[in-house]
Amino acid sequence: MWRVATVRRTVEETPSARTILLEVPGWPGHVAGQHLDVRLTAEDGYQTERSYSIASAPEDAELALTVQRIDDGEVSPYLAGELREGDQFEVRGPVGGYFTWRVQDGGPLLLVAGGSGLVPLMAMLRHRAANDSLVDARLLVSVPALEDVFYREELTRLGEGPGLEVHWTLTRRAPPGWSGWQRRVDAEMLASVGPAPSEHPRTFICGPTGFVERAADLLVELGGEPGLIHAERFGPTG
Amino acid sequence: MGPISRGFRGRRREDVDPARIPPGQYLVNDFPVLSAGPTPHMPLDEWSFTIHGAVEQPVSWTWDELLALPAETVTVDIHCVTKWSKLDTTWTGVSVDILMEAVQAEAEYITAWSDGGYTTNLPLEDVTGGRAWVAYRYGGEPLEPEHGGPARLLVPHLYFWKSPKWVRGLTLTVQDEPGFWETAGYHNHGDPWLEQRYWSD
Repeated sequence: MWRVATVRRTVEETPSARTILLEVPGWPGHVAGQHLDVRLTAEDGYQTERSYSIASAPEDAELALTVQRIDDGEVSPYLAGELREGDQFEVRGPVGGYFTWRVQDGGPLLLVAGGSGLVPLMAMLRHRAANDSLVDARLLVSVPALEDVFYREELTRLGEGPGLEVHWTLTRRAPPGWSGWQRRVDAEMLASVGPAPSEHPRTFICGPTGFVERAADLLVELGGEPGLIHAERFGPTG
Repeated sequence: MGPISRGFRGRRREDVDPARIPPGQYLVNDFPVLSAGPTPHMPLDEWSFTIHGAVEQPVSWTWDELLALPAETVTVDIHCVTKWSKLDTTWTGVSVDILMEAVQAEAEYITAWSDGGYTTNLPLEDVTGGRAWVAYRYGGEPLEPEHGGPARLLVPHLYFWKSPKWVRGLTLTVQDEPGFWETAGYHNHGDPWLEQRYWSD
């Protein structure tokens, strides 16, 4: 069923991405990693729908989406541009029962994000933090440049807690003094991030198709179990 | 109707017959990829396609045997539950009707299964009568692994998760046995024109 969502706040994450915090009366709750459907209605009754990953933890008071603007898209330029506090649209969900993680599923966890593929993985890390979980978790985020990183302060803070390592790699441009990786994800990088395949990490990879294909292939070549590698790919539709 | 989304005008496409787009779908020109895990890479000399389960005698085809069967080229519209639709896609493959002629079936359902462990369930009547193919060419070219090559089941009248990539066989079943997405919140049948997306639909 469709429920009315009201925008409570928006947060600009990068020049082209925005987090939208929603109040959704009757929302039944979700599991970290799930997505929802959004339906927009124009004044003349025209409607269109898209799916977006949920960024917030199930424990959070507001439902959060982070939307990357696709310039020639129909919906994302509205959500990441025109939309403001008090605006309304409809949501349905949550959707998806596979690309999900609960603290009781245990670990270790390997999370690999390409660009805005970080969104559902962030829900998992927020869920982990909300439950004071000590599950060994490793996050690797690949973005073109530092200004493309979502949730940087929050991730830095979470990474100071026990059990979570956060790694970024900047594929196109690094600021002076950057000591992290500056290349596309490769086998050496994944081996360095760990955990070792012998620890049977629950692995979640999310990002554009080419990124996910490559990261999943590399992890399988490194000895990862295909059945533990969860992939969520998205194409350039918006 | 839901609340008006202030300031949203949308971009109606004038170049497409709305009667070809099921409810809640939008048209894409590219071909998005969705899979739940890594892409398997099965060597063709180890590949086979099997029909077994509730049949008198299971039957298998090697890759070369499949290619030797009469093929059809069809142009169809496809609809993904994640809301994209793509029109006029052209596929070449073997009709499931031809494959089913090789077995004596006593079942009304199938589970299609794939490399990587993916399964999906369908009523037999949805994959017979000229409505489903084991497709190995797309747009005249060999089907790429990320789109399901070497071969995928093509059942274009249902949401595209019912057209499993990397398909390796059909298990005929007497009872309907929900598959991978069907046990993870998605509709058991998946008719896009009835918008059968989720359990709640």
